[in-house]
Amino acid sequence: MVAGRALEEAAGQRQAVPGRRGLRLRLWAPVASLLALFVLWQLVAVIAADPRLMPPPGAVLARLAEEAASGELAHHLAATLARVAASFVIAMAIGTGLGVLMGRSLLADLLGQPWLVFFLNLPALVTIVLAYIWIGLVESAAVLAVAMNKIPNVMVTVREGARAIDRSLIEMAEVFAVPRGRVLRHVVLPQLYPYLAAAARSGLALIWKIVLVVELLGRSEGVGFQISIFFQLFDVTGILAYALAFIAIVQLIEWGVLQPIERRLGQWRR
Amino acid sequence: MAALTVDISGKCFPAVAGAPAKKALGRVAFDVAEGETVALIGPSGCGKTTLLNLAAGLEGEAAGTVRRLAGRRLAYVFQEPRLLPWRTVEDNLRLVLADPSDPQERIGGLLAEVGLLQARHVFASRLSLGMARRVALARGFIVEPGLVLLDEPFASLDAPTARRLRLLLLRLLAMHRTAALFVTHDLDEAIMLAQRLIFLSATPGSLVRELRIDLGPAERHDPAAVARKRLEVMALPDVAALLELDMEDPGP
Repeated sequence: MVAGRALEEAAGQRQAVPGRRGLRLRLWAPVASLLALFVLWQLVAVIAADPRLMPPPGAVLARLAEEAASGELAHHLAATLARVAASFVIAMAIGTGLGVLMGRSLLADLLGQPWLVFFLNLPALVTIVLAYIWIGLVESAAVLAVAMNKIPNVMVTVREGARAIDRSLIEMAEVFAVPRGRVLRHVVLPQLYPYLAAAARSGLALIWKIVLVVELLGRSEGVGFQISIFFQLFDVTGILAYALAFIAIVQLIEWGVLQPIERRLGQWRR
Repeated sequence: MAALTVDISGKCFPAVAGAPAKKALGRVAFDVAEGETVALIGPSGCGKTTLLNLAAGLEGEAAGTVRRLAGRRLAYVFQEPRLLPWRTVEDNLRLVLADPSDPQERIGGLLAEVGLLQARHVFASRLSLGMARRVALARGFIVEPGLVLLDEPFASLDAPTARRLRLLLLRLLAMHRTAALFVTHDLDEAIMLAQRLIFLSATPGSLVRELRIDLGPAERHDPAAVARKRLEVMALPDVAALLELDMEDPGP
């Protein structure tokens, strides 16, 4: 039926260990693995014996608490998250539209392919620098540069989904004279969901990394800006504290937003 | 005015991607009267499904005319049920309704007719093939069609289930006074359901023979009467030749 590769793979992984034992394992294995990471970090810090170069986790967490208390952390996180959100929405909307077009129309695919290759291989740094030169050191340039980096990836994933759309269901809807809007909503979109979810997930990971570069190069607030300051001050603790905060936020979005949506849309598979 | 008029001198598929052009159908002319059930029989690959798709407007143009009665809706029960797996049974029926906020009772009533009232809120992905086929039948009849096309709707079901569904279809057709054109491999099935049989030749299929089946409702429900009629039909020389052909290539 619908080839929801990403979703099926995820489901397959989750079903690898069945039963109650599997459930407990699923809960504890990631926690243990994360603890191991912190232990390893602590160990390296002790061996390095230079808290300026390699601060231990405790120092980083203390710094994190400090930045949170002063309100600095929230201020910069909010600025970065706003840019991530704006670029994400723009990239998903444009990428989905163009991806569906290329997946459904041979002509669009043939015309779009060389452009796609060009933009897929265009280094993020080049897009960012050019956006700042051509548009100026403004917010719109930053958001546009990030979106431009992500759009080709969304297009490739969604095009794959559009190609996999089950023609026989569209035919059925055609015979029964189902209105276009309803076909799009109930027949086409559900077949694209696994691909949109894959694009959204990889998109979020890519976008926030690029947003930091954009901020480092030409913005005066945000996590990337803070990191550029810490870089000049040789403040490794600050760099790690902000990185940790951002990783936590992205993971919270994954748990709190992406996974619940995916579970709801994938209900019929279980 | 007939529910469906077919009068074509042929249907060709153009050459695509290296495959040569293929003549799918030869000369075929018949009509289906309002409320009448007609069965299409012929060796596999002779273009029966193509003919149904032409009647449904899914196959593009053919040389000749294919005309449906204007103003009545069309229903198609495909060989595979073609349900939306991510929608419930009820929502699969709602999808094809002109007004999706149609009263609950009508959908419930039809689901009761096909014996699926209990499964109304079940995702279509969880149905057995037999249940999915019943939903596909219900979806066909919910639109109150003037004509329903059926493409081997009971293929690959076990014999008792297939018989139950045939009886169900017989009841639905009588109750909704719907004209039907259906494709089958099974002569017994054709005799049980149809007032008229149309035999097509091997590919490219053209009309070989039309045969009226004058059985009463009670006889159609009686397997012995149907079997007697089948022997009678099979004794016809040109029909026998066609059925031989089918024996060599039993199809999918």
